[in-house]
Amino acid sequence: MLQSFKMALKSIWGNKMRSFLTMLGIIIGVAAVIILVSVVSGYMNTVVESFASMGVNQISVNVNNMQSRSLSVEDMYEFVDEHPDLYERITPNVSVSYPLKNGNETMSSTSIKGYSEDYLGIKEYEMDTGRNLSYADCMAEKRVAVLGYYTAVTLFGSPEEAMGQKIKIGANSLKVVGIVERQDEDELEEGGTDDFVWLPYSVAAKMSRSANISSYIITTRSTDNTDECTDTLETFLYEVFKNDDFYTVMANSELLDELNSQIAMMSTMLGGIAGISLLVAGVGVMNIMLVSVTERTREIGIRKALGAKKSVIMQQFVIEAAVTSSIGGIIGILLGSLGTGAIGTAMGISAAPSFGAVLLSFGVSVGIGLLFGYMPASRAAKLNPIDALRSE
Amino acid sequence: MIKLPFLKGKEEEAYGNQDPGAPLIELRDIYKIYYMGDEEVHANDGISLKIWRGEFVAIVGKSGSGKSTLMNIIGALDTPTEGEYILGGIDTSEMTDDELAEIRNKMIGFIFQQYNLLPKLNILENVELPLQYAGLGPAERKKKAMESLERVGLQNKWKNMPSQLSGGQQQRVSIARALAGDPSLILADEPTGALDSKTSKEVLNFLKKLNDEGNTIVMITHDPSIAMNSKRVVRIMDGKIMFDGDVKEYAAKL
Repeated sequence: MLQSFKMALKSIWGNKMRSFLTMLGIIIGVAAVIILVSVVSGYMNTVVESFASMGVNQISVNVNNMQSRSLSVEDMYEFVDEHPDLYERITPNVSVSYPLKNGNETMSSTSIKGYSEDYLGIKEYEMDTGRNLSYADCMAEKRVAVLGYYTAVTLFGSPEEAMGQKIKIGANSLKVVGIVERQDEDELEEGGTDDFVWLPYSVAAKMSRSANISSYIITTRSTDNTDECTDTLETFLYEVFKNDDFYTVMANSELLDELNSQIAMMSTMLGGIAGISLLVAGVGVMNIMLVSVTERTREIGIRKALGAKKSVIMQQFVIEAAVTSSIGGIIGILLGSLGTGAIGTAMGISAAPSFGAVLLSFGVSVGIGLLFGYMPASRAAKLNPIDALRSE
Repeated sequence: MIKLPFLKGKEEEAYGNQDPGAPLIELRDIYKIYYMGDEEVHANDGISLKIWRGEFVAIVGKSGSGKSTLMNIIGALDTPTEGEYILGGIDTSEMTDDELAEIRNKMIGFIFQQYNLLPKLNILENVELPLQYAGLGPAERKKKAMESLERVGLQNKWKNMPSQLSGGQQQRVSIARALAGDPSLILADEPTGALDSKTSKEVLNFLKKLNDEGNTIVMITHDPSIAMNSKRVVRIMDGKIMFDGDVKEYAAKL
């Protein structure tokens, strides 16, 4: 065996150019598999991470039809209070369609929403300056607002200066009572995580002229029993509306699951495409090995005349093919890892070659060597020593 | 005695009739028939021949006489269509390829006209090749191969590649390779075919010396003058033995 390996290395080294060209197919194939799979999964991880930061324990409820039956905020709070084992927090979620004004300028990217005092806890944010929205604010419809760090800095220069100031949303003026701690350490940007205004949901509802609140965010105590939480919620809503077309319940974790399965599919697909190039590389290996057998017919004849059995000749050629493709595979893994790092940096995502991709592509390249080396090898082994000796 | 693994359990049967008086090679009514379209070509047409240990036999014949076919059968490179070939008491007529490979490896040392050295291996590795196929370990292989190279006087060139040697030297390497495995039979196919007359003489003298040391040699040649170096001549024509006798007898007939 060891001898066969030495012989294979010698033969590969003896035909440097040819061996390199054979390997090239495998190198490109393996590198492509690794780069594609790793970069895609790296990119997707980034997406998932940003998605997960939105809160995997959140369930959003949307009521689309308020005409026939109504669901009041009190009903929802009561429902959540009845199931303290399942749910932790609830807040109405009211969008405000008026833009935020900064002098004469409009800050159209700023997200303006009405929430309850629980929203800070749902987001797991802390206050930077001042206070959060309070229960009393919501009940008394006080015209107060909590700003995001970016919004406060853009409007007033600093969180401290923003305190007590008035902001204008549409025709309404609200007093700033607090600023939320900066969330994005890297950059403050328009429309980013730090660009928002929260106001009491009751105020927001009034500004939007909508009597009923149609959207809620509820958080679960644990992410393990999301299904039970959504089921209970749906049962409750069905009892109210008697029609499951009137509302939607969406758990973020479901979205995450969905996203994950999409990612898996995408990786598999791209891996498959790269896999095809590996297959083509395999055919290249077979081709070269067939040429090699033909070229070395005489050598095979001599070896057989001196007593080499079929299995020995077979082994020689299979090992040579396997070694060629393994070396190609290893070079491909190195190039693929380097390429993944470089592309990851260029794209600004953290992409690392996954162990699975490396293992798979290396396995495939060795497998290709064995598989496609087998046919030429068995042809070599079957050569008649006399015919082989006579060939020039 | 040579050990052949595939004979496991049947050694007695195989070696049973191997008394010292029995021939090393026994060909019993050998036919080798090729089919060219509808036509049958009898390359060997009923050849019977016995060769004893220690003989130096030259098989002579023109090209197309069937001597190469005969050599292939004696060398266990091919099996006869009909008839039996018994080598060292073992019937090889019905053997599989792998069994024949083992017979070639353990019992026959080949010397070819074109030397047939592997160009990418050095001299030592070339001589080691049959020993490697016989399953010897690296140390033993090297020792035996060096001894063999010493016998042909090329021990100092063991690192060289075949292409760095002259034709005569290359043929000596191939003789060393043939001797390395201590074969029962040395089979030389036109051993001087590619050499000038001076080196031819050296090679022939070397074969004579090997024969004097007790080795059995069968040499195939088309050249009657080369055959004169042997002790016994078998002349083949049209697939049949036309003459089989002492070299002096053969010389007298020329």
